[in-house]
Amino acid sequence: MSTQRPMVELRNIRKSYGTLEVLKGIDLSVERGRIVSIIGPSGSGKSTLLRSVNMLEEVSAGEIWLDGTQVNQPLSGRAFERHINGIRQAMGMVFQQFNLFPHLTVHQNIMIGPMRLKGLSKDAARQRADELLAKVGLTGKGGSYPNRLSGGQKQRVAIARALAMQPKVMLFDEATSALDPELVDEVNLVMKQLAGEHMTMLIVTHEMRFAAEVSDHVLFMDGGVVVEQGTPDRVLANPTEDRTRAFLRKHLSN
Amino acid sequence: MDLELLARIAPFIAEAALVTLELTVVSAVIGLVVSALVVLARFSRLAPLRWAAVAYVSVIRGTPLLVQLFLVFFGGPQLGLDLSPFTAGVLTMGFNIGAYMSEGIRGAILSVERGQSEAARSLGFGRLDTMRYFILPQAAPLMVRSLGVNTIILSKGTALVSTVGVVELTYSAQRLVTSTYKPFEVFAMAGAAYILIIGIISLIVRMVEASFDPSRRAPA
Amino acid sequence: MMLDFSQVPGYGGLILTGLLWTILITCLAGAVSILLGVLAAVATLYGPRLVSLLLREVAFLFMATPLLLQLYLLYYGLSQVGILLPAFWTGVIGLGIHYAAYNADILGAALKAVDPGQAEAARSLGFARGATLLHFVIPQAMLSSLPQMGNNSIMLLKDTAVLSVLGIAELVLNAQRAISETYRPFEFYLVAAALYYIVNLAMELALKVASRRAEVVR
Repeated sequence: MSTQRPMVELRNIRKSYGTLEVLKGIDLSVERGRIVSIIGPSGSGKSTLLRSVNMLEEVSAGEIWLDGTQVNQPLSGRAFERHINGIRQAMGMVFQQFNLFPHLTVHQNIMIGPMRLKGLSKDAARQRADELLAKVGLTGKGGSYPNRLSGGQKQRVAIARALAMQPKVMLFDEATSALDPELVDEVNLVMKQLAGEHMTMLIVTHEMRFAAEVSDHVLFMDGGVVVEQGTPDRVLANPTEDRTRAFLRKHLSN
Repeated sequence: MDLELLARIAPFIAEAALVTLELTVVSAVIGLVVSALVVLARFSRLAPLRWAAVAYVSVIRGTPLLVQLFLVFFGGPQLGLDLSPFTAGVLTMGFNIGAYMSEGIRGAILSVERGQSEAARSLGFGRLDTMRYFILPQAAPLMVRSLGVNTIILSKGTALVSTVGVVELTYSAQRLVTSTYKPFEVFAMAGAAYILIIGIISLIVRMVEASFDPSRRAPA
Repeated sequence: MMLDFSQVPGYGGLILTGLLWTILITCLAGAVSILLGVLAAVATLYGPRLVSLLLREVAFLFMATPLLLQLYLLYYGLSQVGILLPAFWTGVIGLGIHYAAYNADILGAALKAVDPGQAEAARSLGFARGATLLHFVIPQAMLSSLPQMGNNSIMLLKDTAVLSVLGIAELVLNAQRAISETYRPFEFYLVAAALYYIVNLAMELALKVASRRAEVVR
C-alpha cells in the first residue's frame, strides 16, 4: 500500500572524500507528513546527509528513495540528468545562505521554476507566487529585488520559491543560521506553519528548542554516524549517549 | 608555411620591429612626463589646474587616437606645426597615453591614500612628506603594473602611425603583403614580432615590480 | 593661418552621415563582440579541455597584436582564400572579434565569481545544467561585468575610426573627403573629434545609469 511507503528513505548511505569518510552508513526512514530534525556538531556530516537526499552531494554507496522512486539510480549522462531533474522538482530545498537569484525580482524568483520547468502560464505562476507570498507574510514584496530585503525576508522568499514547485518534501539546510537573532522567529514561524499543514520536512538545524517544538523525530549525528535518535522528548530531554549529552550541554548553556 | 619566404621577409620585419620599439619607448617616455604633470595638476590646491587636468584626460580618452594623430599631423601645419610623421606620431601617442597613465597613477595613489594619509598626518607629517614616505612607496607596485599595461596598449597603438607613413611593423607588413601576396605568413611574422615586444615590456615590468616587493627586500 | 570653420556647414550632411555609420558600426561590432565574447567565455570555462586551451591561445593572440594588423590580415587573408567579403563586413567582424577576446576575458572571470550557491539553488529546483547556465549563471556574470564590458564598448567606438583605413565610409573617412575638397584638415578633424567626444560622453552616461541598475547582483 502506497500510503505506508516512506516518503524519504535512506539505506546505508556512505560518502567519502578521498580517504576521509564523512558518512558511515546512515539509515533513515521518513513517513509522509513527518518532520525529522538532524542535529549535531559542525563537521558531523548532517548537512552532507541532507544534501545527498537530492544529490547535490553524490554518495559513495547506499540507496536514496523518494516516495517509491530511487533517487540515485545507476543511470549515466543525459538519462541521469533528466531523472535527477525530475526528482529535484519534487524536493524543495532551502539553503543557509538563501541563494535567491539576485538578478530576478521576488516574483520572478518564485515564478521561474513553475514556468520553465512545469509549463505553468505566466498568469497561473503569478497567482501561485502571490498566494505563497501571502503565506510567508510578504504580500506586496513581489516587485523587489533580493538585495532590498532583510535576511529573514530573503529566507521566506526562498521558502516560497521552493514551495512554488509543489514539492513532496522540503529540505532545510540550517535555514536560520545566517540570520540575525531577531530575524530567526519570522522564518521559524513559516516553518511551523508548514509543519501544521503536514508537509514532510527534513531539517538540519542547530536550534534545539525549535527542533524540540516542531519535530516528530530527532537524529543526533556525530562523526558521520547517527549516535542517537528518537522522539524529541527522548533525544533532547533524556539522552542516553554521552556524546549527545555533551553536545546538548554545550548548546543549551549558550 | 613557406620557409624560404619567411627567411626573405625576416630582415624587413626585424628592421620594422626596431622602429616599432623606438616609437614605443619614445612615446612611453613622453607619456610618463605628461602623466606626472597631469597627476600633479589633479592633486593641486588650485582648482583651475585640477579642472584643466580633468578636462584634458576626459577629452583625450573621449576621442580616437587616430583622429588625434590626423589632427596633429595633417592639421598641425595650419597652426605652423610642421612635424615629421615620426615626431607627430610619438608626440600624439605620448600625450595620449599620458592621459591614460595619469589615471592609473591616480588610482594607485587613491587606493592607499585614505587610511594611510590620516595616520601619517595624525603623527604630524606634512602633506608632501606623507606622500613621499607613506603613500608613494605603497602605491608604487600598483603604479608600475598600470604603467606596464598602458605601455603594452601603447605598443599596439603604434600600428596606427603607419597611416601617416611611418615605416613600422604594420606598414612594413602591409607592403610585404602587396608584394608577396602571402598575407598569412607575413602577418603571422609581424604578429610574432609584436608579441615579442610585449613580452619584453612585461618582463621589464615584472622586474621593476619585484624590486618594489617588500618581501624580497633586505630588512632595513 | 587662422582656423576657418565657414566651410564646415556645407559638409554637414556628409559628416553626419559618417557619424551615423560610425554609430551603426559600433552597434553591430559591439553586438558581435558581446555575443562571441559570451560564447568564447562559456566554451573556455565549460567546454572540452582542448577547445578551452585553443580558445585561450586565440584570445591571447587577439589581445597581444594590434587591431589594425588583425584587420589587414582579415582583409587580405579572406580574399587570399577566396572569400570576398565587403570591406564593411570585414571591418565589423574584425572589430567585433578583437573586442570579443577582451569581453571573453572579463566574462570568464565574472562567470567564475558567480556564487556556487546560485547554481545549487537552480539545480535543486530541477533546472538542467545548461538551463542553469543560461538563466542564472550567465545573466549574473553579465550584469556584474557590465561596467567593464561597457568600457570595452566605449573603446570599440573609438576604434571604429581605424576602419577608415579599409575604406569604410564612417566619420573619419567622410571627414577626409571633405578635407580633400576644402584643404581644411584641422577644422574637420576637430569637428570629427568633437562628435566622437559627444557620443563617448553619451555612452559613458548610459553605462553609468545601466551599471547602477545592474547593482542588484552585488
